[in-house]
Amino acid sequence: MKTGAQKGLDGYALTWRLPVIFWQLFFFVGPLLFTIAMTFFLVKNYRMTEAFEMKNWVKMMGKGYFWDSYFLTVGLASLSTVTATCLAFPAAYTLAFKVSDNARRWAVFFLIIPFFTSYLVRTFSWYVILAESGVINNMLSWIGFGPYTMLNTKFGTMVGYMTLTLPLVVILQTLSLANVDRRLIEAAQNLGANGIWTIVKVIIPSAKVGLIIGAVFCFILSFGDFVAPYYLGGSKPPTLPIMIIDTTKSGQQWPRAAVVAVVMMVTLMVVAFASIKFAYRKK
Amino acid sequence: MTEQTDLLRRKFIKQSTIVSSALAMPMILTTNKASADPVEINMLAWYGHGEPDVVSAFEAENNVKFKPKYYAGGDNMMALIAQSPPGTYDIILSDGEFVQQLNEAGYIEELNADDYPFDDFLFEDFTKFPGHWKDGKLFSTMVRFGHLGVSYNKNHVTAEEAMSYQCFWKPELLGKVGHFDWHLPSLGMMSLYNGNAKPSPFDIDGSAWDKVQETTMSLRPQVGGFFDYGGTFNSLKNGEMLAMCGIGDWITGVLEKDGAPVASVVPKEGGIQWTESYCIGKGSEKAALVNKFIQYMLSPAGQVRSAQMAAYPGFCVTQGGVSALQAANMVEAERTGQVEGAVNNPIRLIEEGRIHYRDIPQQQSLEDWNDFWSEYKNA
Repeated sequence: MKTGAQKGLDGYALTWRLPVIFWQLFFFVGPLLFTIAMTFFLVKNYRMTEAFEMKNWVKMMGKGYFWDSYFLTVGLASLSTVTATCLAFPAAYTLAFKVSDNARRWAVFFLIIPFFTSYLVRTFSWYVILAESGVINNMLSWIGFGPYTMLNTKFGTMVGYMTLTLPLVVILQTLSLANVDRRLIEAAQNLGANGIWTIVKVIIPSAKVGLIIGAVFCFILSFGDFVAPYYLGGSKPPTLPIMIIDTTKSGQQWPRAAVVAVVMMVTLMVVAFASIKFAYRKK
Repeated sequence: MTEQTDLLRRKFIKQSTIVSSALAMPMILTTNKASADPVEINMLAWYGHGEPDVVSAFEAENNVKFKPKYYAGGDNMMALIAQSPPGTYDIILSDGEFVQQLNEAGYIEELNADDYPFDDFLFEDFTKFPGHWKDGKLFSTMVRFGHLGVSYNKNHVTAEEAMSYQCFWKPELLGKVGHFDWHLPSLGMMSLYNGNAKPSPFDIDGSAWDKVQETTMSLRPQVGGFFDYGGTFNSLKNGEMLAMCGIGDWITGVLEKDGAPVASVVPKEGGIQWTESYCIGKGSEKAALVNKFIQYMLSPAGQVRSAQMAAYPGFCVTQGGVSALQAANMVEAERTGQVEGAVNNPIRLIEEGRIHYRDIPQQQSLEDWNDFWSEYKNA
C-alpha cells in the first residue's frame, strides 16, 4: 500500500530525474520538433525561409528513387541485423557459458577496444583488405582464385555494418546470456533436453529481451549509417543517409533532407517500439 | 609591539607585491603577445587553398594567419555564405561560374582592376571571364584553372581509347567506371559526348537535355561507384576504378606523382574547364590585406605555389607564372603541357575550341539536373 508521500510528487526522486528530462528535451525532443517544422520550410536563393508548405513532402514522397532508397535501406539494415545476430550468438554463448569469468571480462574488454578508434578510420582500413589488389585477393590468388570485387558492393557495405555493430551485439548478447538462471538450464538437461533443445527452449527465451535489444541496436545503427554504404558500398545505390547528404549538398535543400530524416525517425521508432513490445510479450 | 607591527606591514607589502606581480604577469605577457599576434584572415575555399604549402610564405611575410573553411561544390559555398553574417569571410575562392551568383546576392566587394597583372594573363578571355565583371566593374579575378576529360588507368585503357568518352562504355570496364559525385562535370561530359559543344554543353534545349539523360542512363551499368574527393583518389589508386568520369588532372596529377598508372586527357569531343577565382568578402575589415594576398597569388611566386598545390594542381593564368614554374619545376611544367608547343598546352586546347567553360545549366534549373543525378544514382 502506497503512503501519501509516495503518491504525491517526490521531490528527491524528481531532482535526480531532472537532468535526464532536460537532456531529452534539449537534445532529442527540441531538435526533433525543429526537424519536423523544417520539413515545411522553403529554400530561396540558398537560404532557408520559414513557411508552412507541403511542397517538400509532396516532392520527396512523389519520387520513385526515394522509395527505392527507402526499401534498400530497410533491407540492408534488416540483413545486417540478422547477420550480426547470427554471427554474434555463438561467440556470446561461448563467452557466457564456456569460459571463466576472468576470460569473459577480458573478452568484453577486447570487444570494447575497437570503439577507441574512429569508425571512419576502421572503415578505411578495409580498403587495404578488400581491394582487388588487397590482402584477401592476394591470399586467394596463391590458391588460384580471384580476384573478386568486394569494395563498392553490397558485400562491402555489409562488412562496414559488421565493423560498426558486431562488437556491440556480442557484448549485449553476452551480458544477456550470462544472466540466464543456470538452474533452468540444469533442469532442462535433467529432463533430458539435448544441447540444441536447451538453447532453443530455455536459453533463448530466457535471454529474449537482451537478444532483441542487441538486434534493435544493430538495426538502428545500420539504418542510420552513412560511412559503410558510402565508402565501402560506393554509394551504389545510395541509402537514405547518403540521400540526406546529397540533398543538403545540392541546392542546400535542408527541408527536403529533413523530410528524409523524419521518415527515418518514424521508421526507427516503429521498429524499436514493436521490438520492445515483442521482447516483453508474455506467452 | 610597534616594531612587530611594522615588520608585519613590511612583510605584507612585500608578499602582496610578489603575489600581485605574479598575478599580473600573465596579463603583461598576454599584452606583449597580443601586439605580435598575427592578423586572422577567414578564408572560404575548396580544400587545400589555406594549407601551408600555399600560404605559409605570405603568412610569414605579412604576419597573418589564414583560417580556412573548406567546401565542396558551388552550391555548398553559396549556402555557407548565405547562412553566415556579413563579413564572416574575408576572402572567398569561388568556382568561376558561381561568381555571378555571389555578386547578384551582394556577397562580394568590388575590386580595382589596376591592382592585378591582367596584361600578363595568358588568354584574353581570362581577363574578362564571364560573370567576373558587371557594368564595367570588376568583382573577381581568376587565379587558376584546370581541364576535365577522361581519366583512366593506363594498364587497362589505351591513350587512343581515352580520346573519346566512348571508352566509358568499353565492355571490359563493366563496373569499373567511377563518377566524381557532382552532377555538373559528369553531365557536362555526357552533353559533350552527345555533340552539344556549341554554344555550350550546359546551354541545351529540352530535347537535347532528354538525350543527355538517356545517354547518361545507358552508362549506369558500367558504373562502379560515386565518390567524394578522398574516395576518388582511393578508388583510382587501388585499381578499383579503371576510368573516372567528372574529373581530370586535378586528381590524376597527384596520383601520377605518386607513381600510379593513371592519366587524364581532353578527348576529341572536348573537355570542360574548371576555373577558380578570388573575391573579397562583403564587409571584410581586412580587404587591403586580402587584396595583397590576391596580388601575391597572381605573382610568379604565388602562381608556382598554386600550380604545385599539394591538394590538387592547377594551371597558371599568367605568363610570369608559367615562366617561374618552368624555372622551378620543369618536369611538372612539361607534364601539364605548360611549355611552348606542347600538344596538351592548356591555352592551345582552348584556342582549338576543345575546351568549354563549366557553367550552371542555362535552359534548365540546377534542381532539374540535381534531380536527375539522384535518379541516376538510384537506377
